[in-house]
Amino acid sequence: MPETLTSAKTAVPLDLETARERRRTGSRRFAAALLVLSLGLLASVALATGIGRMEVSWHTVFSVILGKLGFTSTPADRTTEVVVWGIRLSRVVLSGLVGASLATAGVVFQGLLLNPLADPFTLGVSTGAALGVALLVMLGVGGSFLGLSPLPLGALAGALGAMVAVLALSRESAGRIRKESLILAGIVVSTFLSALISLIKSLDEESLSAIVFWIMGSFSGRGWIHVGFLLPYAVLGLVLAFAYHRELDILALGEEQSHHLGVAVSRVRLNLLLGASLLTAGAVSVSGVIGFVGLVVPHLVRVLAGPSHGRLLVLSAFTGALTLIWADVAARVILASGQELPVGVVTALLGGPFFFYLLKSRRARGMW
Amino acid sequence: MIRVEDLDLGYGERLVLQGLNFEIAPGEFVGVLGPNGSGKSTLLHALSGLLPPQSGKIIIRDEHLGRLSSRLRAQIMAVVPQTSDVRFPFPCLEIVLMGRYPHRKRLGSLTDEDLLWALRSMRRTTTEHLQERPVTEVSGGERQRVVIARALAQDPKILLLDEATSSLDVRKKLEIFEILKFLNATQNLTVLCAMHDLNLAALYCRRLMFIKDGGILKDGPAEEVFTPAILGQVYETPMEVIRHPGHQRPYAVMLPLTPGDLEDVAPEAAQA
Repeated sequence: MPETLTSAKTAVPLDLETARERRRTGSRRFAAALLVLSLGLLASVALATGIGRMEVSWHTVFSVILGKLGFTSTPADRTTEVVVWGIRLSRVVLSGLVGASLATAGVVFQGLLLNPLADPFTLGVSTGAALGVALLVMLGVGGSFLGLSPLPLGALAGALGAMVAVLALSRESAGRIRKESLILAGIVVSTFLSALISLIKSLDEESLSAIVFWIMGSFSGRGWIHVGFLLPYAVLGLVLAFAYHRELDILALGEEQSHHLGVAVSRVRLNLLLGASLLTAGAVSVSGVIGFVGLVVPHLVRVLAGPSHGRLLVLSAFTGALTLIWADVAARVILASGQELPVGVVTALLGGPFFFYLLKSRRARGMW
Repeated sequence: MIRVEDLDLGYGERLVLQGLNFEIAPGEFVGVLGPNGSGKSTLLHALSGLLPPQSGKIIIRDEHLGRLSSRLRAQIMAVVPQTSDVRFPFPCLEIVLMGRYPHRKRLGSLTDEDLLWALRSMRRTTTEHLQERPVTEVSGGERQRVVIARALAQDPKILLLDEATSSLDVRKKLEIFEILKFLNATQNLTVLCAMHDLNLAALYCRRLMFIKDGGILKDGPAEEVFTPAILGQVYETPMEVIRHPGHQRPYAVMLPLTPGDLEDVAPEAAQA
């Protein structure tokens, strides 16, 4: 490669080493953050499993888990085993998976739509998924087939339907999507779909409690079978999102420049929307509509880890898992009466003010 | 390198350019000139594959543009738009590294070669000092030079520029065009730029294409088509063309509009 006029004049060699070192520092910080989050997640799973109405010592928690995993023989009694493994651990794992799914979906929606306020909840995608589930519940379709439930499929159909409706509503004549109208369309669609869910609810008294559950968002009574329902959707969605992390970076430059840089924009965008919808649908089908996790977590992580989506996706998934695990613990123990609060209430109480802050902050306007 | 046959371009019902036919050989330096709204940007949009033709063909290196994969197209051709708006605070170096996207394997990590390309391109556009600065916090002119660096990092065979230097000051404009001239001369880079600055075009473009009234009005070597008659016709403005005594390139001087020229648009000014 011949040297340029400018460099011939100044004759300073290109400083490859400094640039390389700077990027390496970034990678090291990412690795450190990942290590801390992984350890935090492991500790949280164990701690959260120990918390509940029945007192269980950490020691018992570990011995039951290790016993179940086949490392040691289980000394604990049957009741303790059922509570720790069957009820609590499954719930903690499920809330972690749902948190990771929602936070990842939030990163994808925000990056794809270039909108800081986008997340599965504000876009109406979660409500769409909930309607899909409610319809199936009303029709009496339930149970499982080969360990797969039809409910996530209903949720997926609802999520995609809501997504299409919101995009169509917010699209202007030139094909561009305006930031403000996107969220407005999300609220319109979400409100309309909520009304439909309420209608189903009043038409069908029998499934009332089941449907309320999907509107409020809760992990009450969930177990390993639900982890099984969610897992394929979560894995597929996470893989899809991560596979396109470079394209997500480039899409921040806008559609035209992404095209010029060689991104097959339509195909990439479709796959990413599908991935985020899979994540949302899987999450909603097992836990109902839990808002704000997908909004708050990506923002917090972005402030600390920067805008690069490769890191943002991984760290957000971990942070989302941590957040929802502890939000669910709060939902379980916060009421003195011993009654459970829907976890959606906890995330809304925490996330609402954050949403307000985002709307107000100059940063949200200037940076995006 | 680029061959255009019977090309019709437009948006929906509205046809902007009609019946275009031209060929650009490897290593040409072409300026596309014309008044506002004549279709310069439309032509560049079509050549970059953003706007599918209403009819006709665009052939890039013996292949239909529409049939090239996105990746291969971006390996051959880079585009610098007039302005660009980046929403996330990526450091400028990362923005330039995005130019390496079409050359990287899907899961491959960044190589030293990619990094070298980025650094070299940043030096060429005097943006090396901006490596760590968030692109959202640099000035408009700096951002534009970062975007030009990104296009150079793409290692293209064809570079399309749409009013790419309009927002830059005189010195930066000339620096960019000197780099383009250098790459054009040493690496046979084919350059096609839509521009408003007549004298900048006359100084660097060896071939000029004038667009007017939905078609190509004149297309030829700068020496032959940069004339008062043609310029006057294209811009509907009296012009004089003078040859610079030093570098011998022509340059255009606009003359004040006469009352006759103004009658239709600004009768008050014509009266005065």
